[in-house]
Amino acid sequence: MTTQATAPAAPARRSSRPSVPAWFQEYGVYAAVAALLLFNAVFTDHFLTTDNLRTQLIQVAPIVIVALGMALVIGTEGVDLSVGSAMALAAALLPLYLGYGLVPALLIALLAGAVVGAVNGALVSVVGLQPIVATLALFVGGRGIALVMADGQLKQIVNPDLLALGTGSVLGVPLVVVIAAALALAVAFLVHRTTFGRQIVAIGGNRSAAALAGLPVKRVLTGVYILCGVLAALAGILATARLTASDPSSLGNLMELSAITAVVVGGTPLSGGSVRVLGTVAGALLMQLLRATLVKHDLPDSTAQMAQAAIIIAAVYVARERRSR
Amino acid sequence: MKLSSSLAASPAGGSAPPSPKAADAHGARPSGRERIAELVQRQGVLAVLLLVIVIASFVYPTFATLDNARGVTVQASFLAIVALGMTLVIITGGIDLSVGSVFALGGVLAAWASQWGVLPALLVPLVVCGGIGLINGLLIARAGMAPFIVTLASLLGARGLLLALTDEGATTYLVPKGSFFAELGQGSVWGFGYPILIALALFGAGGLVLQRTSFGQTLFAVGGSSDAATLMGLPVARAKIMVYLLSGLLAGLAGAVNAARLSSGVTIIGAGMELDAIAAVVIGGTLLVGGAGSVSGTLWGVLLLAVIQNLINQIGSLNSSYQSVVSGGFLILVVVAQRYLARSRRTA
Repeated sequence: MTTQATAPAAPARRSSRPSVPAWFQEYGVYAAVAALLLFNAVFTDHFLTTDNLRTQLIQVAPIVIVALGMALVIGTEGVDLSVGSAMALAAALLPLYLGYGLVPALLIALLAGAVVGAVNGALVSVVGLQPIVATLALFVGGRGIALVMADGQLKQIVNPDLLALGTGSVLGVPLVVVIAAALALAVAFLVHRTTFGRQIVAIGGNRSAAALAGLPVKRVLTGVYILCGVLAALAGILATARLTASDPSSLGNLMELSAITAVVVGGTPLSGGSVRVLGTVAGALLMQLLRATLVKHDLPDSTAQMAQAAIIIAAVYVARERRSR
Repeated sequence: MKLSSSLAASPAGGSAPPSPKAADAHGARPSGRERIAELVQRQGVLAVLLLVIVIASFVYPTFATLDNARGVTVQASFLAIVALGMTLVIITGGIDLSVGSVFALGGVLAAWASQWGVLPALLVPLVVCGGIGLINGLLIARAGMAPFIVTLASLLGARGLLLALTDEGATTYLVPKGSFFAELGQGSVWGFGYPILIALALFGAGGLVLQRTSFGQTLFAVGGSSDAATLMGLPVARAKIMVYLLSGLLAGLAGAVNAARLSSGVTIIGAGMELDAIAAVVIGGTLLVGGAGSVSGTLWGVLLLAVIQNLINQIGSLNSSYQSVVSGGFLILVVVAQRYLARSRRTA
């Protein structure tokens, strides 16, 4: 899964002090998801029911979609704080253009995501700003723009085609889950089987070396941020369709944190140079399952947040062991 | 508060050792163009702030009143205190995302503890919030974890602690009426509230520490190059732990003073404050890569954000969403300008 060749070779030399087993570093997040599922299967009533699993998957789908884009950005040693604003922007545009039909409205909403990404990408690659600062501007301003366009109001969505996107299902599997899964496969293909994917990893690993090697650094960086913006806009569209209302003031709030968490817990290092797509999906699932488990056992939200914090620290600590060896 | 307290430190990626005399240390005298670029980078925010204030005073008579000035500055003082800690953290090349949560937590703790008097109302939030900052610092400096992730986790953790303290946000703690603690937030000298004086005193102290002490110089060195600072034998880990500790303490103090002003601990405030603070720091000319910056710039950055917000309120017809649009626009403008100034200085 990872592209770093240094990891597997190390344990032989440091076998005297096996602090964290290598398999745990590699597969810990999947083991944690499996353990949580097992725990719930035994101790939680009505957890492994189709209804409940459907609900969990529907809830996690938008996070997965945003986190996939975030994983690509983090792979280039960047970060995108503006994903929540991109979601809000897409949501604000939908009701304005639904009068012209579903497809034009969707295209315009996705285009807005691409524009957000292009601005971020240009600030990062052409101007040379740090990703945090570059995307902070649209984090602050993007939601404002969305609210200005929507007159600061929540608008009900009445278009049946759009609502079908949010609530429909294929062979019993909710459409949003199918879309998220398909996108995960597409991103995995992109990362592992295309030149663009290899360029992302190379740029994240060592940007100046990649530039010296003649890679189109600016173009790849811009492309990655555009992809991230489009994916965020898509998540905004799907969430809007499911909520049956466009709510630019709250849609996507704290989404950047959830997405970054999923990516990092999934084993993608913040220092770039590697993108773990399956890990990202598992990371999002782990956070969702954790919250659901605590809620089902009547533990308050505060406990869930503190548990999430602990998981993040633990995941990064484990990853740190892997890097330092 | 010295206006020219910022350093002539090296721009992003520059290899010059960060010292107040960095420009001279090269041997060559800085060219006129370089000097102007440096001056704009250093005090450009102040110029923009003054320009905005002058124009606004002519256009909106209600803006240039003493009452309005008092209101704006009191509102800004809380963000200013938080942004002061953030400035120190960012100068070392780090970032503290937990300050918004810690600010809210500090307020709730202060309001809760104020039933036993002023001292507990200040000590409890400082101890707890300082503790969170200390943990951040230890994880970052000793365990070598990324500041972004560590403080992201403590953002969640502090918010969780806050929810647990308030029965999931259902309980609001009130500061007892007539308590001296409430005076700390509501009292004033010549109409200027104590929060302003506290913020000014802290900025004065912060500026002195940063410019006149070896600790301050260590922070710049750590931000310039952590490895080089280690090789020079500087106490890098201790400096990093200290800045996160200070950031936690300042955010907690700001929360406590805010609770004193509101007479209650409000659970829903502080969300997104970390990004406001970062924006103010960046607008103020402190480089996010670390190694260069000033507390005076941060003060002007905070005031600029506050004045923009106030102006948008004055222009009654503009909906408040424009505030974030204008703030975001300013942020882009300032950082892009800084970037090009830094480049022109390096090539000059």
